[in-house]
Amino acid sequence: MLPRHRVIGLGIMLLLLLVAPPFLSSFLLTLLTQALIYGILAMSLDLILGYTGLASLGHAAYLGLGAYSVGVLTTRHGANFWVTLAVGLLLAAVVAAVFGLVALRATGVYFLMITLALGMVIWGLAHRWVSMTQGDIGISGVPRPDLGLPWSLAKGIPFYYFSLAGFLLALWVLWVVVRSPFGQSLVGIRESESRMRTLGYHVWLHKYIGFIIAGTVGGFSGVLWGYYNGFVSPADVELATSVEILLMVALGGRATLLGPALGAGVIVLLKNLVSVYTHRWLLILGAVYIGTIVYAPEGIVGAVRQFAKGVKPEPLRSKA
Amino acid sequence: MSDAPALALSLSGVSKAFGGLRALDGVDVQVRPGERRAIIGPNGAGKTTLFSLISGEQPPTEGRITLFGRDVTRFPPHRRAALGLARTYQITNLFPRLTVLENCLLAVQALGPTKLHLHRALSRYPALFERARSALDSVGLNGKEGETVRNLSHGEQRQLEIALALAGVPKLLLLDEPTAGLSPAESHLMTALLKKLDPAITILVIEHDMDVAFELTNRVTVLHFGKVIADGLGEEVKANPLVQEIYLGTEYAGDAGR
Repeated sequence: MLPRHRVIGLGIMLLLLLVAPPFLSSFLLTLLTQALIYGILAMSLDLILGYTGLASLGHAAYLGLGAYSVGVLTTRHGANFWVTLAVGLLLAAVVAAVFGLVALRATGVYFLMITLALGMVIWGLAHRWVSMTQGDIGISGVPRPDLGLPWSLAKGIPFYYFSLAGFLLALWVLWVVVRSPFGQSLVGIRESESRMRTLGYHVWLHKYIGFIIAGTVGGFSGVLWGYYNGFVSPADVELATSVEILLMVALGGRATLLGPALGAGVIVLLKNLVSVYTHRWLLILGAVYIGTIVYAPEGIVGAVRQFAKGVKPEPLRSKA
Repeated sequence: MSDAPALALSLSGVSKAFGGLRALDGVDVQVRPGERRAIIGPNGAGKTTLFSLISGEQPPTEGRITLFGRDVTRFPPHRRAALGLARTYQITNLFPRLTVLENCLLAVQALGPTKLHLHRALSRYPALFERARSALDSVGLNGKEGETVRNLSHGEQRQLEIALALAGVPKLLLLDEPTAGLSPAESHLMTALLKKLDPAITILVIEHDMDVAFELTNRVTVLHFGKVIADGLGEEVKANPLVQEIYLGTEYAGDAGR
């Protein structure tokens, strides 16, 4: 069971997310919607980065797979939401299953490099497979989904609630997984792979399943992203996006699920507000990254927890 | 199979080379079920390497390893664990940022089907918690359940090492220097704890402290530069001049022989 003060805190946050929209400008509502969708993606990365200890630099690939599924199927075949959702999830799962076979042969920085390369493969496809993806031009004119609801999802507020529902669904799925015996095994692998092996765990299999779940949930965020943006292009799957997701997880706090979602919110807001004043957004991003690593290695959630316990943050240390 | 029960462990002609260095060289060891066997030898004799070959963490360069009559030479560690093998580490190898109970739960669920369950919370498996608590009780760590492992004393971490190995109810237990770094008092407690273990468990123990080794076991295998140089009952091995030379220095062996 969760402690009472956390239940109350989470309840207040949820309430704010539920009642805020009518009071927000349409610009802020748009950003909040973006934050929710990126929040799903960041939480899915947290499953392998935070819980399992595998830093992937190719996670934007799954956003792209979901988004391109929507783009291609809606504009060419007039597919409805459920078809695009099914195809997007399945495609992300299958690609994660294939990529996992390659990437999980390595650990540490080698895993990072391989996932980076695999992410670039997806970017290359988006860029060069013009007959399917329209290359650099991207796919525009993606309609908002029609679920037969009384509210049109073409409008900002209904689509916000639609995204919020998707966010809560993804949060629930990942929450159940990380608290399960399987989820605990991922944490064990992060802490000591060798001990897990001799205890009797087929470590590779656990990582592989985790990797596929993370990819699939990432694909889900991509489906929402495609509908939200109405436009899909190689920019969605480029390296910078993968780096941003990694930063969202680190900034919010690894292995906390809601931390990365919070990190996604902060990054999305910063990115959009800062870029009003300067083009040097990446410079700010880098500064935030360094600041996080040095001053709050456990992220926002970690810093808040330590503050609540009244202890000083631990100094920067290398992970054993 | 024959009428005699299969050997708990058998190594035949097992070698392990790291480049040009032969850490183990043609090792033959047979261990009967229920036996308590000490592996002794000077630093660098290949004792820990021997354990990692038995547990499957490293593949042997040559030779054959069987567990309970099954050839496991090519088995990965988790399949050997499934046959009833457990080990502890000389350099404590735990899950330092998890609690004592969480450590033990990971060990308890390791050999069951529930480790792949991902649809409901671990806290909904009371049987696992019961077994984890009883493993902690058996090593005297009850009351420390909620402590984070890295905040435990070294002695307590050594106890937890044993608890993790026992949690899977092993048939063959490899203990790599269970008393390493313990104070004499702690070492005494650890020895008492190990002596109380179920006699049905076959135990191999690497031990530098000869008193502990002879107290826990009746048979001793001596490794030196990767080779077995003596193998037998404790007293026989103690009387072996070669062993005396290695352990007590040539002067002593010379004196004894004069």
